[in-house]
Amino acid sequence: MHELAIAEGLVDGVTERLPGRKITSVRVEIGALSGVVPDALRFCFALATEGTPLDGADLEISEPAAKCECADCGLAFEPEDGRILLCPCGSANVAVVSGQQLLITSVKVA
Amino acid sequence: MCATCGCSPLSDPHQSHGSHGQHEPHEHPHDHRPGEEITLEQKILAKNDGLAQQNRAWLRDRGILAVNLMSSPGSGKTTLLERSGRDLAGRLPLSVIEGDQETALDADRIRDAGCQVVQINTGAGCHLDAAMVGGALRALYPPPNSVVIIENVGNLVCPALFDLGEAARVVLASVTEGTDKPLKYPQMFRSADLVVVTKTDLGPYVDFDISRFGAYIGQVSPQAMMIHLSALDGTGLPLWYDWLSSRIPTAATAPMPRVSTPD
Ligand SMILES: Nc1nc2c(ncn2[C@@H]2O[C@H](COP(=O)(O)OP(=O)(O)OP(=O)(O)O)[C@@H](O)[C@H]2O)c(=O)[nH]1
Ligand SMILES: [Mg+2]
Ligand SMILES: [Zn+2]
Ligand SMILES: [Zn+2]
Repeated sequence: MHELAIAEGLVDGVTERLPGRKITSVRVEIGALSGVVPDALRFCFALATEGTPLDGADLEISEPAAKCECADCGLAFEPEDGRILLCPCGSANVAVVSGQQLLITSVKVA
Repeated sequence: MCATCGCSPLSDPHQSHGSHGQHEPHEHPHDHRPGEEITLEQKILAKNDGLAQQNRAWLRDRGILAVNLMSSPGSGKTTLLERSGRDLAGRLPLSVIEGDQETALDADRIRDAGCQVVQINTGAGCHLDAAMVGGALRALYPPPNSVVIIENVGNLVCPALFDLGEAARVVLASVTEGTDKPLKYPQMFRSADLVVVTKTDLGPYVDFDISRFGAYIGQVSPQAMMIHLSALDGTGLPLWYDWLSSRIPTAATAPMPRVSTPD
């Protein structure tokens, strides 16, 4: 389950930026195309934070939708099906503008 | 780096005496108030991405082509590498980093095929990461202008997220796995530079539809090349060998760095 590795990355990222500070909440962005399942991440977060400065912190997850741009017709669109990124013009030559991100947006310190 | 002032460990004078006990490791005048919300805006996998870039630079300096080979369990990764090692002996130096949860069985098979190999056992981990590969590269020490193939843990989900420092991603799918694989695991196929359909010798016995599979790849991963082969009867193998050898950085041409995924 890669969500455990993601949760560990979260703990590493926060503790490196704010060494020694007790953290009470963490906000993250988990893009709809990231391949990370929010519920699985919540479960793993509880495990990965045990005994760290993030122990007991709240995890707030926002899930930005997929956003694409067609390289052929230039249209910016939100694919309804995150699996097949097809432009309404029929082209599959699309760039993913947003939705793949795995970001720590902010934290609250105690 | 401090989120508010932007001071980095290198430029932060307090960092150097963090261990004296008197100071907090990151204490400075504008410390964060209790309850303060601090904006970080950083990638969760930043650490892995940084190590992957180090691996990429290490490989580039030596002109080595590193390929991240991924598929479901049993699609034929090790069999393809065994066959490649034997066929390319004396023509193209090939070494292998083997990732498996347990056992050194695949590494033994690769060694028997005449290749240098380092085994990584991930235990409960379902993917390789850049730190593991960095260690393995230094143990393997592949020669300049050679190919290193990293056989990832058999899994079509997790390995897609972890940059290892490779120059190319190759995703295998065998004809026995069904035509709709690209639609079921779009993240993995979307990240592929090359999609290899394996076990084509079994085509007559299964209902795999190669043209529909190709159409699905065109939809989820229009940039990917596709080849079909059988490591058993040898069909299609020259295409795979050509693909590999055309990507080895030579002394004259700089290697193509892998474009990291946008946010
Ligand atoms: N008929 C046929 N069988 C193959 C071919 N390639 C691999 N196999 C068989 O498929 C099975 C799995 O092959 P492996 O090479 O071990 O697969 P893998 O992807 O390395 O498996 P993991 O490392 O466990 O993920 C073995 O029994 C192979 O003999 C092929 O081209 N044709
Ligand atoms: Mg194998
Ligand atoms: Zn996993
Ligand atoms: Zn379009």
